[in-house]
Amino acid sequence: MIQVLTFYLFAGIMIAAGAFTILARNPVHSVLWLIVAFFNAAGLMVLAGAEFIAMLLVIVYVGAVAVLFLFVVMMLDIDFAELRAGFIKNFPLGLAVAIVLLAEIVLGMGAYQAGALQLGTPDGSGATPAGASNIEAIGALLYSKYLFLFEAAGIILLVAMVGAIVLTHRQRGGVRGQNIAQQIARRPEEAVVNAQPEVGKGVSL
Amino acid sequence: MIGVEHYVVVSSILFVLGVLGIFLNRKNVIVILMAIELILLSVNLNLVAFSSFLGDLTGQVFAMFVLTVAAGEAAIGLAILVIYFRRRGTIAVDDVNRMKG
Repeated sequence: MIQVLTFYLFAGIMIAAGAFTILARNPVHSVLWLIVAFFNAAGLMVLAGAEFIAMLLVIVYVGAVAVLFLFVVMMLDIDFAELRAGFIKNFPLGLAVAIVLLAEIVLGMGAYQAGALQLGTPDGSGATPAGASNIEAIGALLYSKYLFLFEAAGIILLVAMVGAIVLTHRQRGGVRGQNIAQQIARRPEEAVVNAQPEVGKGVSL
Repeated sequence: MIGVEHYVVVSSILFVLGVLGIFLNRKNVIVILMAIELILLSVNLNLVAFSSFLGDLTGQVFAMFVLTVAAGEAAIGLAILVIYFRRRGTIAVDDVNRMKG
């Protein structure tokens, strides 16, 4: 019973938060609603027994991606009211496309109720081992069968990181930065001068 | 009792909300990126639900890969957005016509 209640709680809040994400006037509110949606999706995943993906979702999305979105929204000085022009104009078309898509999915579900296609059964290589926790089982699978895909995922992240840095990095003109080579090459002979000025006269530097 | 159908219905509603968001906020790239994140989230939810339904962890492993690609996509997309804003002073998608595409 408690599962049913929590499922409907998480699902309801998640869908409401998704709707507010796309309807909010202020993009900062959109990001905050997105965080709520991700949190509740993580709750739904925990309910389905996928703790690892759920925690990953919270850490990666709430901790990194949503904060990135917040940074960008707040860093750029944008007139968001102007960007909302056409919101009403686009509404019928968007709603029509959304309804068509939803109808397709409902049709698929209805056809499934009449009898599922026989797509074969899993070969058992990814089956959950008895007694192992979710994270143990995923780790065993990830570091054996999907090792190369896992490394490819790492390379994708590396490329994304390098790409983001290369894109946004800019050389500013007129900045007096630290020249480390010049600092190290400096010697006492050329930096220090002993002078004995006469009384009442200054030193020329 | 909650079955895999419930999960499929919830994730399909979320998917449709994401598509609707792309259409509604045609000018605002930031919200479009957020709508794409919603779509990817619904796909992940579907993968996890079926993985749990079939007792096969492959779905969860692939949900992780989807998560990886989504994170990379958000980083690159926002980086492009920042340099575009620096050049043009606006992020309206309708004005993106420099390449005459």
